[in-house]
Amino acid sequence: MPVTDSTAFHNNDNDQLDGMDMSATGSDYDDDFLMSDPYDPEEYDGVEDDGFYDEIGGQGLFTAEGTKGLEERRPLYQVEYETHSESELVQLQKEEAAKVSGVFGIPMSHATMMLRSMKWNKERFFERFTENPEKVQLEAGIVTLEEAAQRRVTPEVKQYFADRRVRAVESNVQYPDWEELSPEAQTQRNLVEFIPDALCEICFSGDPSVPTYALPCRHRYCIDCYREYLTHKIWDEGLSARIQCPEFQCPIIVGEPVVEMLVSSADFSRYRNLLLRSYVSENDTMRWCPAPGCEYIIECHTPQSALLSTVPTVRCRCGHAFCFGCGLDDHQPCLCILARKWLKKCSDESETSTWISVNTQECPKCQAVIEKNGGCNHMTCRKCQHEFCWVCLGPWSQHGRAWYNCNRYDENASKQARSAQEKSREALTRYLHYQTRYANHERSADLDRDMYRKTERKMELMQQASSLSWIEVQFLRDAADTLIQCRMTLKWTYAFAFYLARNNMTELFEDNQRDLEMATEQLSEFLESPINPDTISTLRQQVLDKTAYVASRRKVVLEDTARGFAEDRWDFNVSLTE
Amino acid sequence: MAPTPTWQRRLTRELKTFATNHLEGIRLLESDDLFLWKLLIEGPPGTLYAGEQFTLQFRFPADYPMTSPQVTFVGTAPIHPHIYTNGHICLNILYDHWTPALTVESVCVSIQSMLASATEKRSPVDNDIHIWRNQQNPKDTPWRFYNDAV
Repeated sequence: MPVTDSTAFHNNDNDQLDGMDMSATGSDYDDDFLMSDPYDPEEYDGVEDDGFYDEIGGQGLFTAEGTKGLEERRPLYQVEYETHSESELVQLQKEEAAKVSGVFGIPMSHATMMLRSMKWNKERFFERFTENPEKVQLEAGIVTLEEAAQRRVTPEVKQYFADRRVRAVESNVQYPDWEELSPEAQTQRNLVEFIPDALCEICFSGDPSVPTYALPCRHRYCIDCYREYLTHKIWDEGLSARIQCPEFQCPIIVGEPVVEMLVSSADFSRYRNLLLRSYVSENDTMRWCPAPGCEYIIECHTPQSALLSTVPTVRCRCGHAFCFGCGLDDHQPCLCILARKWLKKCSDESETSTWISVNTQECPKCQAVIEKNGGCNHMTCRKCQHEFCWVCLGPWSQHGRAWYNCNRYDENASKQARSAQEKSREALTRYLHYQTRYANHERSADLDRDMYRKTERKMELMQQASSLSWIEVQFLRDAADTLIQCRMTLKWTYAFAFYLARNNMTELFEDNQRDLEMATEQLSEFLESPINPDTISTLRQQVLDKTAYVASRRKVVLEDTARGFAEDRWDFNVSLTE
Repeated sequence: MAPTPTWQRRLTRELKTFATNHLEGIRLLESDDLFLWKLLIEGPPGTLYAGEQFTLQFRFPADYPMTSPQVTFVGTAPIHPHIYTNGHICLNILYDHWTPALTVESVCVSIQSMLASATEKRSPVDNDIHIWRNQQNPKDTPWRFYNDAV
């Protein structure tokens, strides 16, 4: 695991709250159970025994440096991660290659190519390289570098490449100036040969005016076909690190220097870009920020296997908070697998289930779902032929001749039939209970965003009219951010609760959930209250206090669920597999 | 300037080689349109398909040989665990294992050996569903290659 610099740890909650720290201190809370300032980290984790963090440290979440300072106070529900830009990533690759190059005493370019051929999996590389270095070097394209270094370029080939550059200008293709190529790519030209009578197996022509190239596997093609082949792989198939020799089932990789020598400038820059993309996509500890247009990459070392007890939420430099495990928007405290199940259930059922509950009943005998689309109350189940009354659900045989109206609601048989149906409806009602609350928070968050936009406009006007400074009107932005964040968390607590099997620990969860919900609604109310210049300072104080309080309630919920996972006290009513 | 496109050079030459290299059990039926070839393929002697004849159609894309030709049986297709009754062939070199170094000839040889190695005449297990989806171009199907044995 690469050593993570402690300053690189982005605690988004702290970022957000740091700004409020001063103003929140010393204010009065109307809730009596919050005894201390929630932002003092010392106080916040007061209930914790330090041994707990040591345990986590033992699982390899911390690096040696990481256990010092800030990290010790890292809440359980937050994971360690880093955001990289593309250029930082290039640097990172260089560092990794440098390490390997140092250990084995091999040139940097060789290390890069071999690591790339192993999808940057260093363990796999060490294993394969110590076992059979020749094979690894051959497949990664190192041998071709060595072969090229022992040869000289002929004047004819040199002339050919110079001509190619000039000729290409006519067809709007640009080749780089020879001197601009990397030294490895330049030496690759030494392997380009004019071979009379050679038949290129791609174009089937033996045109002696076109030189040929072959990797150490000796599969030789003319360089026009080679170039066309590479262009096709790069643009049409989006391949980079895995491009192999054109020969059927030949495992030798066409390495970066070969590509650089053969293709045009535009092709090569796309190739480089794909290489970088494959570095991220093939690396389990990297993920592109899924926000539209965002170019940052998150590195996080929470393994996939930990997803059954962790929700690794990360916040990109662009501000987008998402789950590193699955790429969905932040769904703390709900596990990835549960979030997926929940979303699927909602998309499958949300429309249908309401309709079912309004328009259908189950056959009292075989529980087949029946829609009554007209006609009298005498129902005959298509499936089991049971005859019953739509109104009281009792057997029809007891209805005698009162065919079109039913007055038997209280009869025993009807009551039994109805209670059986109630039971089968319970599951649906339960789902709807959680679903409504989930959907409600989602809608409210949208409304809150609208409200905030309107209020912000109003604040600007007020700022112009009063003595308030720009900084002073920022409290609304922070409040709205916190509010929306809390609604997202609340939303997912309902999905979580839906799958939570009842035991004596669930009550605590529900209490925390309720407290957060109450506080959130209060804050939402404050934001909606009318603003006028006379009461603004009171409102400001109230909003600041409430914001701070709500944020702390959110932390309590998340911390408790995270601790619940660590202590293995949550049971679920579904299996945690797909 | 318009140099002869690769596909044209290559197909013309392939056609020439095809005519001179007589492949056992394979005969060119038509290639008037360079993009569309029809071949007659005989069931290899000593196999389940001995004595039978099938028509194989090759449709070449403009970026041939960078991408694979569309190869299907037309008319009656052999009953084979990897050949659908609509003529589509489940053979990896026709899809994601294609490389420009492969040719019409190598595809024919692969299909012949596919026929030769069959131990029973039966359609693919998912034949019905495949036919029902009715993709015109077999290359639009996300193929899964069940095994390499047959």
